[in-house]
Amino acid sequence: MYKYDEIDQQIVDERVAQYRDQMRRFLAGELTDDEFRPLRLQNGLYIQRHAPMLRIAVPYGMLSAKQLHKLADIATQYDKGYGHFSTRQNLQLNWPKLEDTPDILAELATVEMHAIQTSGNCIRNITTDQFAGVAPDEVIDPRAMAEIMRQWSTFHPEFALLPRKFKIAVSGTLQDRAVVQVHDIGMEFYRDANHKIAIKVWVGGGLGRTPILGAVIREHLEWQHALTYCEAIVRVYNLHGRRDNMYKARIKILVKALGIDEFRKQVEAEWLHLKDSPNTITEAELARVAQHFADFDYESLPAQDASFDTAVASSPAFAAWVKRCVHPHKTSGYRAVTLSLKPHGKPPGDASSEQMHVVADLAAQYSFGELRVSHEQNLILADVKLSDLFAVWEKARAHGLATPNIGLLTDIICCPGGDFCSLANAKSIPIAEAIQMQFDNLDYLHDIGDIELNISGCMNACGHHHVGHIGILGVDKDGSEWYQVTIGGKQGNDASIGSVIGPSFSAEEMPGVVQKLIEVYIKERTPEERFIDTARRLGIAPFKAHVYAKNEVTA
Amino acid sequence: MNSLIQLKNGVASLASDDWTIVQLPATQVEARKQAGKVVLFKLTGEESVTTEQIENTIIPATGKIIVPLSVFIARHRELANRVAENEVGVWLATHELLEHLIQHQTDINELPIIAIFVERFADGRIFSLGTLLRSRYGYKNDLRAFGDVLRDQLFFLKRGGFTSFVIRADRSAADAIASLNDFSQPYQGAVDEPRPVFQRYNRGT
Repeated sequence: MYKYDEIDQQIVDERVAQYRDQMRRFLAGELTDDEFRPLRLQNGLYIQRHAPMLRIAVPYGMLSAKQLHKLADIATQYDKGYGHFSTRQNLQLNWPKLEDTPDILAELATVEMHAIQTSGNCIRNITTDQFAGVAPDEVIDPRAMAEIMRQWSTFHPEFALLPRKFKIAVSGTLQDRAVVQVHDIGMEFYRDANHKIAIKVWVGGGLGRTPILGAVIREHLEWQHALTYCEAIVRVYNLHGRRDNMYKARIKILVKALGIDEFRKQVEAEWLHLKDSPNTITEAELARVAQHFADFDYESLPAQDASFDTAVASSPAFAAWVKRCVHPHKTSGYRAVTLSLKPHGKPPGDASSEQMHVVADLAAQYSFGELRVSHEQNLILADVKLSDLFAVWEKARAHGLATPNIGLLTDIICCPGGDFCSLANAKSIPIAEAIQMQFDNLDYLHDIGDIELNISGCMNACGHHHVGHIGILGVDKDGSEWYQVTIGGKQGNDASIGSVIGPSFSAEEMPGVVQKLIEVYIKERTPEERFIDTARRLGIAPFKAHVYAKNEVTA
Repeated sequence: MNSLIQLKNGVASLASDDWTIVQLPATQVEARKQAGKVVLFKLTGEESVTTEQIENTIIPATGKIIVPLSVFIARHRELANRVAENEVGVWLATHELLEHLIQHQTDINELPIIAIFVERFADGRIFSLGTLLRSRYGYKNDLRAFGDVLRDQLFFLKRGGFTSFVIRADRSAADAIASLNDFSQPYQGAVDEPRPVFQRYNRGT
């Protein structure tokens, strides 16, 4: 993964000094709340319900074992001994002290980490596929370009105070796993007819209050122009996006108001001036950054391993884990492994300091000292030998990291919700836990098969509920917490936004509602049909009928 | 107390201000918000300047003045002599269009100063306006930020081509100067240094 040189290190060190002074001025009363807010937010610091929340950047989800050890230590020393991995591949601490945050940032800088632009109205952490570099269906490893874009967007002086937050995702696979269509800018890397790296650019996607899939603004962009083309897009947005109403301020609203054709016309006109300007990426720079993501020194291994086959045959529990948590790798004899942060009855995405140390040790021992965070809020060891899988499983299982539920109903994507977040209308973690306990039967879960259930505690949609096959949104009605249910949302190349099935439910009703949705699916599905396929084929009607039928009977 | 910071050849110092900002009088007309539908382009909801405001603007008879764009355009005849004497600059609010200035004033380098008024410090349009004035329209003279100008935005303003900064009156300009140098080697190219770090520094191969 990318290693800092003296330039990178100086920037994070200078940031710590700058932030320390901003905090000093705030505590001394030289900065008002309103003046300090954008400064602290661009350092990932929120003022939350119980305590501040600090969001630490994990650029495109990549972590080293050393960094994860440091995060675990920070969580122990400055927090309550755990952290929360978010849907934007970052790590959130829920209980730091305001005045400690400069020291936390200084600690992070010692392991080439920071919290720069993890919040605020600026270009945020750039996200990508958790299997970048190892996925068999990968065409281009997008991480080098993601790092180049991270550097470009860091303290970009023209885009320091945008109308609203701005999220970029990059992907280089046939099957999109980075959800590029729901980002402000989505970049899909591919090889063009001349076998050159090219980019298909999407713009104006997003979830939140107004969920919209992005539109294609350019089918073919040569990679050298990635930065200048983004500059053109963000400049048009910076000048013309709405600033009078924060709910209408995302780029998607501007794109929708102008129409994609007019928006494209303005961006292309701007780009004519920027094309080939000095921010054009050079071959040398791409090569310099790309070498940090070069393949590891993989052993030549056969596709089969006898000890692995024996373990699968003799241990049903191991076999179940392999089926759900082990993923193909482009190199013979290697696999990628997902360590589930979704044990039933625990907050999705949370990891204790002890678990973080365990995962860091596993990464050091079995996966070249690196790991990734997925936007589904799990941790990934991307390069494990087939013959090591059993040992990894045993250690992961001993620490609650091997629930074989990846891609199943209980692998719930969930925001921190009303327990922590001051924006939330409703709690989300207790709903996730209740659903996990309702379906705490692995055979039944495996029978239900591939399904994605996403929960957000408010319309800001941090839990990506619109693209969940089942989506749950916490809403506030007359001061009490209710939950609106959607079905038919999906991420990926054929992304879609879910449809609301009807009036919302109380928290107590939610496990039963999900149960009824699943019952309709089990009854109606054809062989090999996933929940999403059944939902798309039938529409919401039969689901709605079954879910609301009970109310009519008991009424 | 001095509130003006002037950059000369990259060196910042406190300076005395010999320019007077000419303000528009307050409008009596109730502001009508453009609810995002009225005009294709301007969706941001700012009110526009009225004819009465332009006519009622009091322009000092002597001295160096920075006038609002709308006044500069509408009352250019009475300003022409003073423009020739290098005594007139123009200021724009962040929602105003640079194109209107350029259409009216073919050679903007005849203006010794252009200023941008930022009503709220969090309004980042000012950075794009500065960048465009310098890189698109080739403006070479003093580019000034005034209004809600605070020290934590100075580094970005400097990188966007601004050369003078009127710090908000209740804050110390002397303290603010330090923030112009918050970072020593920025990653990306911008107005003050167009080359990104990979073009100006050997980062190895």
